[in-house]
Amino acid sequence: MTLVCGVGITLSDRAREMAEHLSGGDMLIRALQDAGVEYVFGYPGGAALHIYDAIFRQQKVEHILVRHEQAATHMADGYARATGKPGVVLVTSGPGATNAITGIATAYMDSIPMIVISGQVPASLIGTDAFQETDMVGISRPIVKHSFIVRHCSEIPEIVAKAFYIATTGRPGPVVIDVPKNTTDPLITAEYRYPTSVSLRSYTPETRGDAQQIRKAAAAMIEARRPVIYAGGGVILGNASDALTRFARQLNFPVTNTLMGLGAFPGEDRQCLGMLGMHGTYEANMAMHHADLILAIGARFDDRVTNDPRKFCPDATIIHVDVDPASIAKIISAHIPIAGDVALVLEELEVQVAAERARRPALPDAEALAEWWDRIDAWRAAHGLRHDLRPEPGRPIRPQTAVQALHRVTGGEAYVTSDVGQHQMFAAQYYRFPAPRRWINSGGLGTMGFGLPAAMGVQFGFPDAVVACVTGEGSFMMNMQELSTCLQYGLPIKIINLNNQALGMVKQWQDMQYSGRHSQSSYSDSLPDFKTLVEAFGHVGIRVEQAEDLEPALEEAFSDKYRRRLVFVDIWVDREEHVYPMAVRGGAMCDMILARSPVGIEDNY
Amino acid sequence: MRHIIALLLENEAGALSRVVGLFSQRNYNIESLTVAPTEDATLSRVTLITVGDDSKIDQIIKHLYKLVEVVKVVDLSESEHVERELMLIKLRAEGSARDEVKRTADIFRGQIVDVTAATYTVQLVGPSAKLDAFIRAIGKTTILEVVRSGVSGISRGEKVLCV
Repeated sequence: MTLVCGVGITLSDRAREMAEHLSGGDMLIRALQDAGVEYVFGYPGGAALHIYDAIFRQQKVEHILVRHEQAATHMADGYARATGKPGVVLVTSGPGATNAITGIATAYMDSIPMIVISGQVPASLIGTDAFQETDMVGISRPIVKHSFIVRHCSEIPEIVAKAFYIATTGRPGPVVIDVPKNTTDPLITAEYRYPTSVSLRSYTPETRGDAQQIRKAAAAMIEARRPVIYAGGGVILGNASDALTRFARQLNFPVTNTLMGLGAFPGEDRQCLGMLGMHGTYEANMAMHHADLILAIGARFDDRVTNDPRKFCPDATIIHVDVDPASIAKIISAHIPIAGDVALVLEELEVQVAAERARRPALPDAEALAEWWDRIDAWRAAHGLRHDLRPEPGRPIRPQTAVQALHRVTGGEAYVTSDVGQHQMFAAQYYRFPAPRRWINSGGLGTMGFGLPAAMGVQFGFPDAVVACVTGEGSFMMNMQELSTCLQYGLPIKIINLNNQALGMVKQWQDMQYSGRHSQSSYSDSLPDFKTLVEAFGHVGIRVEQAEDLEPALEEAFSDKYRRRLVFVDIWVDREEHVYPMAVRGGAMCDMILARSPVGIEDNY
Repeated sequence: MRHIIALLLENEAGALSRVVGLFSQRNYNIESLTVAPTEDATLSRVTLITVGDDSKIDQIIKHLYKLVEVVKVVDLSESEHVERELMLIKLRAEGSARDEVKRTADIFRGQIVDVTAATYTVQLVGPSAKLDAFIRAIGKTTILEVVRSGVSGISRGEKVLCV
């Protein structure tokens, strides 16, 4: 054993005598208890049965039995995103492990803390192509922050403690613990002690940013005449939303959020420009392109944000704050890079900006800033999203109005999860999130099938909260077996299905780039009757086809009558709707298509 | 630009696969790689040669540091360093070529470590460029087999790479 683990306690002789001896299976569950775990999302199987027996013989950790391992990972993921606590998954070897892979990759791309415990065939069989054997550590390697394989049951407490430490610190991420069956054998025991602290010589997450860089950033910020704060998911993960909001308001700087950062700054605030990027608002993308200073914080200049990086924000001085040094200068080089914990850096930046303002009272230039706001407000007035859309009786339901109706009915206070596609973009654009951790979607990997299980994880974390899953019929059908799990645990999720009878985003691209050839993007003749389907699973189904029925249906779904029931609202929306704005391929951030061209196909795309 | 990156790695099963995996996953190139335990049995030392501009090397080093089992990383080519590679090369050595091979090996300070009636096996140590030069110099002689160790490197002066 070579890792240095600071087990900082010396047990007295008496305590040593009293130290318990447990089997590996019991240790694993005991260690989860000691790590503060409430829920384990999982599915049993041969290699994990010793562990499942240990679960049976205790009450502290509740196991949630899913219907497919992928859903278990998304539930743990949704739970983690909403609560800020790591999600825990337990699966068996072989297919159990491989089914978990998509969910692990989803969590990895969005930096979500997660522990995945996978059963493994006994060590003596590893490498023999044994029944349900797969090299989980190998298969998951590119999509985990770290992974462990247990060699002996005595290692389990330390491995679990390290796994939680690694998953939750620095840039968070999923950690896999592969557990060969022999290490959980009930007949083999070892002394159980859960480490009180963990330190690894080879792992030291960034904390405070470099003081001199922060001073430089503060000076650049108050000298700026056209500043934009570009805030990403790192602000939410780093629990820095309050600090960001306070700081931005002190300076009266505009804030735009990435898809992952929505809610990091209040969505209905005047200073909020909404989302930026491929389907970002006109004002956010224009402001970015014309800015002379960009404070990028907890964001990673994703290709869905920058468009062509060579044309990205030509006049801007870029300050990039991120806990992961490898995210800095990966796509866009920063003039002032600051590697550090975003909350700590923001705190220090606030102090330094105040000091700088005291030294140079004429700055920031209020007149320049007022002019900048005039330009932004003009962009917003010209082509900003309209948040006052109402369903028009007699016309097809526009999906945007459905999201706005959801916003009204829930008072903007729901936890909203989504799947991937047009509905995801409509939800991101029109449900203006007032607080962090309310908007839960697969931003990096773009995993269809994420929404329902993620909503379930959120509901486990907050049993009394209103949780809505905005989805499309394509995504929903990728993990709809979990309706059965929802019944088992009485999860009162509200599923808002924006049903356009097609893979809408694929179809949109085919309209715009392939002259409307809808290759394999429609299945309108073979859709199930979702109302009957969810009723068969024991839930409530409501179908909405007329615009005038939209709000009453949503009112009903969220009414006290169904407070304890899962309700599926199948909303038949306009099949021709596209998501706009949309970035022009290979353009700068200011290059956007704002509406469908008269012929219906954007030949100039 | 060619860079020699040296790293200290926890001497654990799977650690090397994470390093190698990183390179293929992120589309970085490895020209050579050597690895062996150090005097501290808990640490392995890896020397690898990669090619890229400064920003790419910067990214490679940052990503290597992100691997939990990587303890230290240094770009040896950033400063004065010693670089060595070992080559064993089996050459056809018959007739007039036999003397020529011996002479060329001597010029390059190679040692003949195995002899048959028809072959010489030459051991050569030096910077990679020297080994390349030997292969070029041996030119017309038939090369039967080449094995190279990959580069090991260490910085000059009092600077050390340690925990």
